Amino acid sequence: MTAHRLPAGGLIDRGRPLGFTFDGKRYQGFAGDTLASALLANDVRLVGRSFKYHRPRGLIAAGVEEPNALVELRSGGYREPNTRATVVELFEGLEARSQNRFPSLKFDLLGVNSLLAPLFAAGFYYKTFMWPASFWEKLYEPAIRRAAGLGRHSRQADPDTYEKSHEFCDVLVIGGGTSGIAAAREAAAAGARVILCDEGFAPLDLPDAANLSVFMRCTVFGVYDGGTYGAVQRLTDHLPASHPSARGGPRQRFMKIVADRSILASGAFERPMVFGYNDLPGIMLAGAVATYVTRYAVAPGTNAVIFLNHDDVVPNVQIMADAGIAITAIVDVRATSSEAVRVLSHRIQAPVFAGAVIDRAHGSTAVSGVDIIDARGTKISVPCDLVAMSGGWNPVLHLTSHLDGKPIWDEAIAAFVPGTLPHGMQVVGAAAGCGINANIQPLWLSGQHPAKSFVDFQNDVTARDLILAKQEGFAAVEHLKRYTTLGMATDQGKTSNVNGLAILATETGKTIPETGTTRFRPPYTPVALGVLAGPHRGKYFKPTRLTPTHDFAVANHATFVEAGLWLRARYFAQGTEDRRAAVFREVDAVRNGVGFCDVTTLGKIDIQGPDSVKFLEFVYANGWNDLAIGRVRYGLMLREDGFVMDDGTCARLGQQHFVMTTTTANAAKVMQHMEFCHQVLAPALDVCFVSVTDQWAQLAIAGPHARRVLQRLVDPPFDLSNDAFPHMAAAVPTICGGIAARLFRLSFSGELGYELAVPARYGNALAAQLMQTGADFNITPYGTEALGVMRIEKGHPAGPELNGQTTAHDLGLARLLSRKKDYVGRALAARPALTDPHRPTLVGLKPCDRRTILRAGSHLLRPEAALTAANDEGFVTSAIVSPTLGYPIALALLANGPARIGETIRVYDPIRNGDVLADIVAPVFHDPAGSRRHA
Amino acid sequence: MRIACPYCGPRGLEEFLYHGDASVRRPEDGGAVPDQAWTDYVYLRENANGPHRELWYHHAGCHAWLVVTRDLRSHDILGVTAARDEA
Repeated sequence: MTAHRLPAGGLIDRGRPLGFTFDGKRYQGFAGDTLASALLANDVRLVGRSFKYHRPRGLIAAGVEEPNALVELRSGGYREPNTRATVVELFEGLEARSQNRFPSLKFDLLGVNSLLAPLFAAGFYYKTFMWPASFWEKLYEPAIRRAAGLGRHSRQADPDTYEKSHEFCDVLVIGGGTSGIAAAREAAAAGARVILCDEGFAPLDLPDAANLSVFMRCTVFGVYDGGTYGAVQRLTDHLPASHPSARGGPRQRFMKIVADRSILASGAFERPMVFGYNDLPGIMLAGAVATYVTRYAVAPGTNAVIFLNHDDVVPNVQIMADAGIAITAIVDVRATSSEAVRVLSHRIQAPVFAGAVIDRAHGSTAVSGVDIIDARGTKISVPCDLVAMSGGWNPVLHLTSHLDGKPIWDEAIAAFVPGTLPHGMQVVGAAAGCGINANIQPLWLSGQHPAKSFVDFQNDVTARDLILAKQEGFAAVEHLKRYTTLGMATDQGKTSNVNGLAILATETGKTIPETGTTRFRPPYTPVALGVLAGPHRGKYFKPTRLTPTHDFAVANHATFVEAGLWLRARYFAQGTEDRRAAVFREVDAVRNGVGFCDVTTLGKIDIQGPDSVKFLEFVYANGWNDLAIGRVRYGLMLREDGFVMDDGTCARLGQQHFVMTTTTANAAKVMQHMEFCHQVLAPALDVCFVSVTDQWAQLAIAGPHARRVLQRLVDPPFDLSNDAFPHMAAAVPTICGGIAARLFRLSFSGELGYELAVPARYGNALAAQLMQTGADFNITPYGTEALGVMRIEKGHPAGPELNGQTTAHDLGLARLLSRKKDYVGRALAARPALTDPHRPTLVGLKPCDRRTILRAGSHLLRPEAALTAANDEGFVTSAIVSPTLGYPIALALLANGPARIGETIRVYDPIRNGDVLADIVAPVFHDPAGSRRHA
Repeated sequence: MRIACPYCGPRGLEEFLYHGDASVRRPEDGGAVPDQAWTDYVYLRENANGPHRELWYHHAGCHAWLVVTRDLRSHDILGVTAARDEA
């Protein structure tokens, strides 16, 4: 036995043993253990296989910087790959598996990769798998992925739940070490609202104060503009699945923290020494060894060699010696060892080799000894089962560079320290470079085995790879990273970046600051995508807006369709009807009887004020000066670049009172545009407007019998006759005995039609009332599908035609453009290219055989023209089978369209094998004279 | 990022929509002629290396259009006013 649990000490609860499995084998640890410390206590030192060479790997570190011990946790949909065993809190029943091994950890067939190391050298992806290109998809990529993959996805939906919160404070303290605790105490005592986040789970010595919030197991992973910080708190990851909190509650919480000031107290990561075979299990960071001893009461070995180049290591070696670990040798890089090391060596009776280095380690699946080269160049072989190394400390300055802060090199401590800081951030303690690397003499590469001297353990990048990369011209630090994969993957170079940079600097003969620096992007440690999504996934990805007749629609077996955020009734199937039968029946009802449809989703904007008309004149392309009270008009809105933005209607209800409608899709956009026009372009206009989309339930009632039905609802003495209330009239009658209403005589279907608006709470009641009142006319509720069919039969442009690329001219609406006034879009709509008759312009199409369906998206070509993109003359925008005509029809945008009515065009759809000749016709298929809506 | 709306106070970025340069001025000729001034107004934008006056819309708040002066190098917000007061 080498690694073992110490008989006393540590922050573990020996009264609470916990059972867990690793690769299926059962072990025991204690409450307070991490998976890593519990494995070490059970003398499990081989925890994974490396990425490229499948070399045996053990624990190096005790914290988030651990590059080797990536394990897979849990099973089924809960499976989580690439978790660092050093930060996994042990719980009863924890299941963990090693990764990247085949068939087993101890015997890995792909360890043969190690023999093929020359093949896997720097840039191996680029060199080895170049040709033949056709091998990539079928051979190289699957093979690489199987051989080199880090972890496996569960391929199941994530069954966990997550939540989000917003936190606000005066001072955010990041890190709960000595410096962070001191900062939080001081700030809280001064009365500031303080939040302290610590990524660990050890209890912190902090006072209980109302203005101090402490979030444990909480990683601040990113810094964003304006004092915003991203953090993830792990709520139930440390609990068995059977625990009540884990069963019901969210797994993790994404916190957006807004702080005036932040104190970064993130400490420092220890640097490994780069020497031959330095990746063998049992070769660890000295600080990590001390942590396993003091915090977890685990001795990672019995017989240690220390490899150091500075004095911070001294207390950690004392800790090892006090725990009964025999210190066989202290290898000190410095020619003259320091006073501190000499005193230590005397006290613990360990020999010091000053001016010496470790050339290489020996061992197969764990270290069994090292070769020391002493100051005179003599090789001395020393057996050991533990190497505790320290090449100095690197301040954890990741968060200081998230907003482009550039770390600066401090020669005195041979480390990067924070440079420019995000606003409001202050760095304290080791993170600021304070009190670290005493009397350091940097050593970046030790010994004569660069091909087996690992710099980046996680990505299997050796010193030789870096040297090779430089030789091959990838000497810039950013090139080096991409060519060798140094500092990539989940680890992002926490233990390797500085060593790699320094070796590159040595090779190029430059200083480290000349060579470059290392900067970081969020996240500091990996973040589950699920927690960023929080509860907003699936049907909760966005809110759902229900129409005021939704309950009615549900009760009448509507099939719904999403229209933006809205859920609208698409059609109301009866009995066994399919969609087509339902739509044909609904259209027939409107054309020959009466139907009604919820049109609430159209944007409604109430406009009031003395300058209302002037404002409408400005935002609409057509004229509004002459619109009488009690009349509605079609309105066309352009963008300032001259293209059509939206269309709708606007009714004048009073001298200074208008109600506008927009399309459903553009309701919010039009509101924003109008606010822009008013606040930015014409603030002098005395006008106010507000969206009333949600306040009014609006139903279209259409069909030859529409007036007869409506007559029964409208309170007397309101006169609905054609003379008193003609097409495009508007009024505010009451209905059903006193309910306020807005009534517009509008027709989207082409039939006699009205739109009736009542306060939204009456929506369902009004629909039910219409069913009752119109029962003798067989009144029929219809959905968006029938609505769309009828608008195509009438040639009204809608979403597919108002696509942001069409002009008024393209839609056959050029006559609406006023010449008498200034309005948004006027100038650029007059550009020659936007009025060119050769632009694709709205026409109708009928298949010559009156049978073959036309499809939206099909391209239009002259029948005799070759099928090339150069001969493309336009495309089909909307296509249906017309219930009214009994055959397929379409709307299309065709070059010089109106002039070609009567000609034949080829409707070509190569993707869906569509190829049919069609007659070009006027876009109004039904009742072109428009007499029905005036009936 | 956070923007201090003059009406609502400091609010998170997700409540605002970005629109663009606030310094362009709409030509005053009423748009009778589609000349260069109009093309510049609609299409031509400076890519400032430093402070930039830009329009933001508080769409999930009070619907105010704001002129935000922001340093494009550092994202520092140097000032926020209501657009209606700027015109």
